[in-house]
Amino acid sequence: MSDTERIRVKDETPTNKGVKADGSVSLYEAREHIHPKSIHGRFQRLRDLTVWITMGIYLVGPWLRWEGGQAVLFDLPERQFHIFGVTFMPQDFILLAFTLMVAAFALFFVTVFAGRVWCGYVCPQTTWTRFFTWIESKLEGDRNARLKLDKAPWTPRKITRRGGKHVLWLALALLTGLTFVGYFSPISDLTFRLFQFELGGWEAFWIGFFTLATYGNAGWMREQVCIYMCPYARFQSVMFDRDTLIVSYDEDRGEPRHRGAKRDRDESEFGDCIDCGLCVQVCPTGIDIREGLQYECIHCAACIDACDSVMDHIGKPRGLIRYTTENALEGGQTNLLRPRLIGYGVALLVIIAALGGALWLRVPIELDVMRDRNQLYRTASDGSIENTYTLRVVNKSQNAQVYDLSYRGPEGLEWNGPQHVAVGPGEQASVAVTLGYDPFYDDLDTGTIWFGARARGNPKVKTEHESRFITPGR
Amino acid sequence: MSDFWSWFIIIIVVINLGGCAWLLWSNRKMSAEEAKKETTGHVFDGIEERNQPLPRWWLWLFWLTLAFTLIYLALYPGLGAYDGILGWSSEKQLEKRVEMMEKRAQPIFAEFAKEPVKELTQYPEAMEVGGRLFANNCATCHGSDGRGARGYPNLTDNAWLYGGSPQAIKTTLNNGRQGNMPAMGSALGGKEGVRDMAVYVQSLSNPQIAEDPAKAKAIERAKPKFATCAACHGQDGTGNQAMGAPDLTDDSWLYGSDLKTIQDTLMNGRSGKMPSFGNRLSEEQIHVLAAYVYNLSQSGN
Repeated sequence: MSDTERIRVKDETPTNKGVKADGSVSLYEAREHIHPKSIHGRFQRLRDLTVWITMGIYLVGPWLRWEGGQAVLFDLPERQFHIFGVTFMPQDFILLAFTLMVAAFALFFVTVFAGRVWCGYVCPQTTWTRFFTWIESKLEGDRNARLKLDKAPWTPRKITRRGGKHVLWLALALLTGLTFVGYFSPISDLTFRLFQFELGGWEAFWIGFFTLATYGNAGWMREQVCIYMCPYARFQSVMFDRDTLIVSYDEDRGEPRHRGAKRDRDESEFGDCIDCGLCVQVCPTGIDIREGLQYECIHCAACIDACDSVMDHIGKPRGLIRYTTENALEGGQTNLLRPRLIGYGVALLVIIAALGGALWLRVPIELDVMRDRNQLYRTASDGSIENTYTLRVVNKSQNAQVYDLSYRGPEGLEWNGPQHVAVGPGEQASVAVTLGYDPFYDDLDTGTIWFGARARGNPKVKTEHESRFITPGR
Repeated sequence: MSDFWSWFIIIIVVINLGGCAWLLWSNRKMSAEEAKKETTGHVFDGIEERNQPLPRWWLWLFWLTLAFTLIYLALYPGLGAYDGILGWSSEKQLEKRVEMMEKRAQPIFAEFAKEPVKELTQYPEAMEVGGRLFANNCATCHGSDGRGARGYPNLTDNAWLYGGSPQAIKTTLNNGRQGNMPAMGSALGGKEGVRDMAVYVQSLSNPQIAEDPAKAKAIERAKPKFATCAACHGQDGTGNQAMGAPDLTDDSWLYGSDLKTIQDTLMNGRSGKMPSFGNRLSEEQIHVLAAYVYNLSQSGN
């Protein structure tokens, strides 16, 4: 890739700050605390909507009821995963794999198309940080007030404001932790026992763990998670091309920047950027978007809203910072239909179709056949040749069910053992079955045999499993 | 673990930990000259490493992992033969788990133990538990269905080597059995005698074969020699459950009823072993298992 094809990126030459007396520099950088200024605008309204929706789904999820039970419940001890009346079991793991593939390809697709919108709008880190920052600004004020409070001495006012903030943070974090564990342990009972201080050891541990993790990540770590911990953040940028929508500063229009919109200067000498620095102040990761694309940028578009408000103020058109593509910035055309985007789109559709098909064809029954391995075949005392199998039937439905058992394969085998088995909802049962024939009447060769199980009264619920029927040979 | 290997491990672990600490300490800063450079000078496949500082909290995490290691090594085994303050071992954990499970299962088994074996077969739950015990301990030889295999008795029929009463089944489970059919080749007068006796043994359960004149002669020749066999199998060949000698007059065969197999049995003898389960299963488990096996033979009728 030649230099001209590269997306413009920030110059990262070391600044060489903090030289110590002995002429050395720390290899580790102290964190600069970021206090983003709150900003209003169309993208921030959109973000408010998306984070409320994601937070709402998360918090309400475990409280939904379905057919008398919790609608979404992942019962780990029983290894049953209930999702709106459908019970999944570890044997359905392939469906989870499909779901994760759908999620991954959806992420790839949207990233190639519109950059890191996942990061800016729906990522839990963004969502919780936004709620935590909102609490912070309500108690400690906006950016300037917070910067001042950081430096202020520990007056009663600072103690109550700071303390109140942490109490509210912990409360929201506890709600988060409780909700999370509520997906694994029935939440109404869990909440009741939380207030009775009667939680089980593991429940208390995981609620505490997720409470502290939420508090730490959304209250303290914030952008450090995106910059240093998140693997998505790094590899998403790799998917950008010159037709990807990214938050960009229009350098041709903005430069040369000059501070203040002074009327006495010749406007034509200068660009539209008045170097007010608002775009930097609102940035939750503390970068200057005017330096080009940076891996820290989570595409939250706060700088777009900030700049638009300034442009409105000084009577210039909006969009000095905007969602645009590298091609469009250079005066070219954005090429929407490019092989990469189409490829991801097709892959996404194929996997969605596969997942849909797998769900559609899924029957709530499973049959395993284990052939006795201690001998190839058995000669019974009456001379007949027998094979023994253990049939394990798993009832993946919500109702007790009787299953009729049968086999398909060599004709005329005598079935010795139960011909039906009753299995409770979500349970499994094993039965031993012996198939035999009299070699005087039949001359059978070793071959394949299929065992079948069919729900009584519901012929659609059936399945087959392959095994071998072994004989002395012809 | 011998003292040598214990110290060997301790020294290596300590040197490694010290090395990690030294690495962190000695690499916490660089000269200002060095810091000015744009890259570190490391190049891998044409990719240069930028000269960028790491966040300081990463350094804390590194020190934290070292602190965790020290605490862990104090609490748990890791330093050679040192057991750790908590005295944890996987064996003790297993014992604790087994104890926990036994405590949970104990009242259930105690309930089952109150019922005599014959009555216990009427409890579906007991039969389920027995089925699982059977699958884990017995099915390897006797088959999932209990119908046995060559050399391993069929438990669903009425033929019993040592008796099918609940008490006999329990004794078999507790102590095991050692079956022994001695080689009779020379006692029977070699190959010819063995063949004659094999035909006679077949005729005990299947008298019709005497209709064949040649076989009838063989039976005549073998009859007087059967006295040797009668010591165990009885004068009429109906066996003796006290010694585990099979009934030769029924159509249940442990190794097979064809002439060749019976000849083999007579010529070389047989030896069978049922292992004892008294030391592997609890008394209550044996009780439930005996009921399951007893039930197998009853349902076979």
